Amino acid sequence: MKKLILSLTVSSLLVACGSSPQKETVVEPKQSSIAPTQQAASAPVADKSSAQANADAKAIAAAAAAAASARAQADANATASAKAKAAAEAEAAARAAAEAQALADATSNRALKNRSVYFPFDIDAVQQADKETILAHGQNLADNPNLKVRVEGNADERGSSEYNLALGQRRANNTKKGLVLGGARSAQIEAVSYGEEKPKAVGHDEAAWAQNRRADIEYTRGN
Amino acid sequence: MRSLILLFLMGVAGLARAELNIEITGAGEHQTPIAVVRFSGEDQSAQNISSVVANDLMRTGLFKLIDPAGKSPHQTSQVTYAEWPGVEVLLMGTVTVQDGGNVIVKFKILDMVRRTELISQVVMAKSDQLRAIAHRIADMAYERLTGSSGVFSTRIAYVNREGRRYRLVVADSDGYGEQTLLSSSEPIMSPAWSPDGKQIAYVSFEQRRAMVYVQSLATRQRLLLADFPGSNSAPAWSPDGRQLALVLTRDGNSQIYHVNNDGSDLHRVTFSDGIDTEPTFSPDGKMLLFTSDRGGSAQIYRVSIDGGDAQRMTFEGSSNFSPRYSPDGKSFVFSHFNGGRFYIAVQDFESRQVQILTSGGWEKKPSFAPNGKLVLFAAEAQGRGILATVSSDGKVKQKMVAQNGDIREPTWGPFQKQ
Repeated sequence: MKKLILSLTVSSLLVACGSSPQKETVVEPKQSSIAPTQQAASAPVADKSSAQANADAKAIAAAAAAAASARAQADANATASAKAKAAAEAEAAARAAAEAQALADATSNRALKNRSVYFPFDIDAVQQADKETILAHGQNLADNPNLKVRVEGNADERGSSEYNLALGQRRANNTKKGLVLGGARSAQIEAVSYGEEKPKAVGHDEAAWAQNRRADIEYTRGN
Repeated sequence: MRSLILLFLMGVAGLARAELNIEITGAGEHQTPIAVVRFSGEDQSAQNISSVVANDLMRTGLFKLIDPAGKSPHQTSQVTYAEWPGVEVLLMGTVTVQDGGNVIVKFKILDMVRRTELISQVVMAKSDQLRAIAHRIADMAYERLTGSSGVFSTRIAYVNREGRRYRLVVADSDGYGEQTLLSSSEPIMSPAWSPDGKQIAYVSFEQRRAMVYVQSLATRQRLLLADFPGSNSAPAWSPDGRQLALVLTRDGNSQIYHVNNDGSDLHRVTFSDGIDTEPTFSPDGKMLLFTSDRGGSAQIYRVSIDGGDAQRMTFEGSSNFSPRYSPDGKSFVFSHFNGGRFYIAVQDFESRQVQILTSGGWEKKPSFAPNGKLVLFAAEAQGRGILATVSSDGKVKQKMVAQNGDIREPTWGPFQKQ
């Protein structure tokens, strides 16, 4: 329950955490028509896991509620049969809760396995699609204070190398802000940029560029 | 921050003989017909002086090379003027290799129209300096024939990326005589020549994030100038060489700072909410041009070196990057992004007129030759980064394709102090 509330709070905060000034409407028709497609294509995993996580969170909530009501019922009922029935119900509910928790853990691990977040052209604000990934890592850092991460910002090659270094740094800084909002301490995170210098994909096309507009979350200790 | 680090990495800095494929297109309005005769004794020396001189002059687009057609005078007395119709200038000479490796080069430049000697000189040097001598001869010829300073003896710096190996390279202005200043498995960016040509500031990621170093070409000693948290980048020298402008993200966004060349007296110059980067000093040292996205898209701005209000300079295209002043301070060259292509462009300060110099493509990081007549930039051919130049009027273009690697971040060095 607490997790759910935290996630809602953070999601509204995340909208505010992209500190970039409002960009001009993209001048080039080619880019503006491609950008949304890319965004959708670049983050299918994140979309899926976020839907999955919502479903799982509901399951936890339902199971927890069931367990609580079952326990209350057991206390209220004095009869042995009712007690036995309630105990069975409580046990079932606890089992369901445990299963849901296991499922949630698996989901959160999936989100943790995803260590890259993606950005539209010349934008440094964290995108909605990557919220779940960043929250999972923020929570993971909060749960494991001995862990540290390096956030490496990157940019596609459109722009000068220096401008892209600056853009990548902003992407890393905004990703760091998201992790902090998710519970991490600022001291656990180093934000750096490689600009356009370490492209994951080579090629002067949107398919390559989309992969290079990215921030990577790299664990540097433990994990 | 101010620790001196000796470089042991680069014991061998030998001359790599880069094979370059040079392609020249376009021509000036008037091309002076010139004949360059093979120097006598060239066969005994490692370098072919006359062809280096001829190539240098050809690259300017101002000369038309005339084949000597078998004639091979080496002294004025051997020249029969009537045998050279249509030739306005004749360049010839001799190379004599002495015992002990020294070389004596004599050369003459004749005005074939007035039938007079324009230049007659003798140069003595070590045999491994023949290319340098050839460039010097080309400079003298160019100066005498055009009235402008020649830049063939100057050097350029760039980054060569081969797979995962990055090298910071210094080379002759024609791309030959490569010397590796730094070799690293991490990226190198933004080399910047000190005004005396003795040091290069650059960005290296060898400590896994962008830091600014200053390195001496002669001693190879270097100084870690800036290693603040985040990115340290975009070094630019003040004209007197005492100060550098840098870009740091230690206070959040990329902002411009000044620092003394020994790392002291760091202070912030720009205060914006956006990205401020790629500062470059005006030749008089009073102003900075830089790239900023404070208005929404990346554009070029101008500000006093003391900071204060910045003035937006570029309005054309979707965005503009990497400004560099012309040596006379009257214009600036930059990378102009429009319709998905990068072009090299110049803008005049007074008229505000923009001239696109190139046909566009993947063209970045322009810098003026110190005589202001040529612009060096990074282009692309066959999927690789290459060096390219364009005359500052856009008429003559040249591509230099190296055999290996991806060439990035070229920058033209200053005149060499003799």
